[in-house]
Amino acid sequence: MHVSYSPEELAFRDEVRTFFQTEIPQEILDKQAQHVALDAENQVRFQKILYEKGWIAPNWPVEYGGTGWSLVQKHIFDTEMASANMPYIIPFGLGMVGPVIYTFGDDAQKQRFLPDILQSNVWWCQGYSEPGSGSDLASLKTRADRDGDEYVVNGTKVWTTLAQYADWIFCLVRTSSDVARKQEGISFLLIDMQSPGVSVKPIITIDGSHEVNEVHLENVRVPVANLVGEEGKGWTYGKVLLQHERTGTAGVARTQYRLRRLRAQTKKSVRGAAPLGEDRNFMRKIAAVEVELKALEYTELRTLAAVSSGKAPGAESSILKLKGTQLQQAVDELYLEAAGYYALPYVPEQYALGFPKEDRIGAGTETDSAPRYFNFRKASIYGGSNEIQKNIVAKHVLGL
Amino acid sequence: MDFSLNEFQDMLADSVGKFVDNEYPFSTRQANADSEAGFGAETWASFCELGWTALPFSEADGGLDGSPLETMLLMQQFGRGLVVEPYLANIVLAGGVLRRLANDAQKQRWLQPIIEGQLQAALAIAEPQNRYDFAALETRASPDGDDWVIKGKKSVVFNGGNAELLIIPARTDGISLFAVASDNPGIRVQRYRTVDGSSAADVTFNDARVGGDALLGDAGSGLETLTTVIDEATLAVCAEAVGIMQALTDKTVEYCKNRVQFGVPIGSFQALQHRMVDMLTATEQSHSLLLWATMAYAGGTEEAQRAIHAIKYQVGTAGKLVGQEAIQLHGGMGMSWEVDVGHYFKRLTVISQILGNADWHLDHLVD
Repeated sequence: MHVSYSPEELAFRDEVRTFFQTEIPQEILDKQAQHVALDAENQVRFQKILYEKGWIAPNWPVEYGGTGWSLVQKHIFDTEMASANMPYIIPFGLGMVGPVIYTFGDDAQKQRFLPDILQSNVWWCQGYSEPGSGSDLASLKTRADRDGDEYVVNGTKVWTTLAQYADWIFCLVRTSSDVARKQEGISFLLIDMQSPGVSVKPIITIDGSHEVNEVHLENVRVPVANLVGEEGKGWTYGKVLLQHERTGTAGVARTQYRLRRLRAQTKKSVRGAAPLGEDRNFMRKIAAVEVELKALEYTELRTLAAVSSGKAPGAESSILKLKGTQLQQAVDELYLEAAGYYALPYVPEQYALGFPKEDRIGAGTETDSAPRYFNFRKASIYGGSNEIQKNIVAKHVLGL
Repeated sequence: MDFSLNEFQDMLADSVGKFVDNEYPFSTRQANADSEAGFGAETWASFCELGWTALPFSEADGGLDGSPLETMLLMQQFGRGLVVEPYLANIVLAGGVLRRLANDAQKQRWLQPIIEGQLQAALAIAEPQNRYDFAALETRASPDGDDWVIKGKKSVVFNGGNAELLIIPARTDGISLFAVASDNPGIRVQRYRTVDGSSAADVTFNDARVGGDALLGDAGSGLETLTTVIDEATLAVCAEAVGIMQALTDKTVEYCKNRVQFGVPIGSFQALQHRMVDMLTATEQSHSLLLWATMAYAGGTEEAQRAIHAIKYQVGTAGKLVGQEAIQLHGGMGMSWEVDVGHYFKRLTVISQILGNADWHLDHLVD
């Protein structure tokens, strides 16, 4: 048992650090630093840079394009990527549908879809939730009726993140209603967003941003070749995907980075006020969240160590999702508190490159703290709400 | 970075785990706690035979050269079994000072019999006025010829009522540590039980005269050792607390699976399930932090000091949640003296009160 890094691991850390310092275009760095939402073009550009380096899919098996890294290397990579304030990798292709395809798909599907996912040539989105099926996902009603070599799909998917950019959507659809349990008769279907009958309608969230959408599917004809795995087994595949999603959403390294930055900010005076660091009550809250984050970092490492010794990510990943989102939201609250009055101005227009400095309201990005706080209330709702995560842990870990 | 246990660690955790599971039922624990000394002489002899009283000491001193990692594994199992025997007082605290500062003669007189299980010892940390700042002590030792004269009061000395050897930090020109035989006529020992069933004492020194051979290490240079030993003791009680939290979570889940009300096991109620998930989460988070803190300390990394503050804070807050929820979910059974969970809760409460509480440690993480 030890916590130290070997000389090889330290060399790897330096390599990753140098890469992020030197290989990312300035425009992307500027947008990240100034909280300017990354446009689709720059998002793809960033992911392609990682692809060319061979680092886009650390969690994939080597045969499909993974890196073959040890768990410590993956941890180092995540930490360095967060500490360099890099953009997120959009998870729907690389983190979700990719693993489902290489685990359950046939050879033709692997050849057709995996290279484009790795190269970020195709933008994927996720069709899970429906207007009547949120936490009770298995009650979903979108139907796929077989007609010769095609399915005819009808239904509505909702909260579909970044569907406005998506080329493809992976969907859970009902292929049979004649089942004993509602989890049966669900299939995992890949649908081209260009197909006739697919339409996307934006949903604006409380922070004023457009991230999520409603996706309507009206008599959409989908080749049977786009069914992943067996018909009626989609629930099982979808659950595997959610476990991957939950492990990924702990977001420890990124939350730690944001907290480190907040701590650094508290040492400085803003607008001539006393540094926030002199407010011991506030600093105690920072310290308390730091402790919990450090604990979660090690909970995640323990989980990954178990996975790398051959166990699949199990229901424990629910603990990571639960705690990870709680802490993410706790840090958002701290930023909000730190901004005081300057949490109030709603000035999204100034989060654009080239917005004149002299016209900016507030110091730094503090006016982004409230929108960010509002936006990230989503974290304890998506990917299976935290109450659902507790149900999963109660059932599968505690055996209740 | 590596979480795996080596062969010795694996064997140690396994043997301590088996001992508490097979040889140390709750009835034995209670009988030991209720005995005159407040611990089991036979149980202590078993610890000695199994080599556990030799664990952290050097091979040269007749020990097993164990690190804080091995102590963590042992204490975690002791927590799981709610072991009442004074391992912390004898081996971690008093032993921790002696192995660092005692000269050959002092080791012969005090340390050897501790390793052999023949002598009970204690280290006095607290004083009536110093709360958690153990360096702010007022007990004074004044030189008088070759002797020292000690005056002052020590509070809630763990194992202080049983100890033949009292290790006393006292102010000289700096802080010095003295090994004092408890039959010294200048000492008054008021022994009592603590709420968790352990034995402790308040100890008053009324100009107690000790010889020059009582001084451990150099005069005035005891603070560093005292700090190190208290750091190690803090890690050890945190390991014990994690073991207790694991036991309480397991016992609560088991109880709720079996307790039937309204015609169904109460564990089928979502309101209770979610609270047990919170207990599990708090316990796992504490275990993670314990591993980090102990590995950081054992590896001598620069974050070790913060890590110790962090784990003791975590154990204070998570321990309260797990302990209180265990009682609540056990209902009336949780309130019963006859049932073990209440005693686990009391020990967790004691741990949260000693060696700095959650607030005290959090305060050290502010800057």
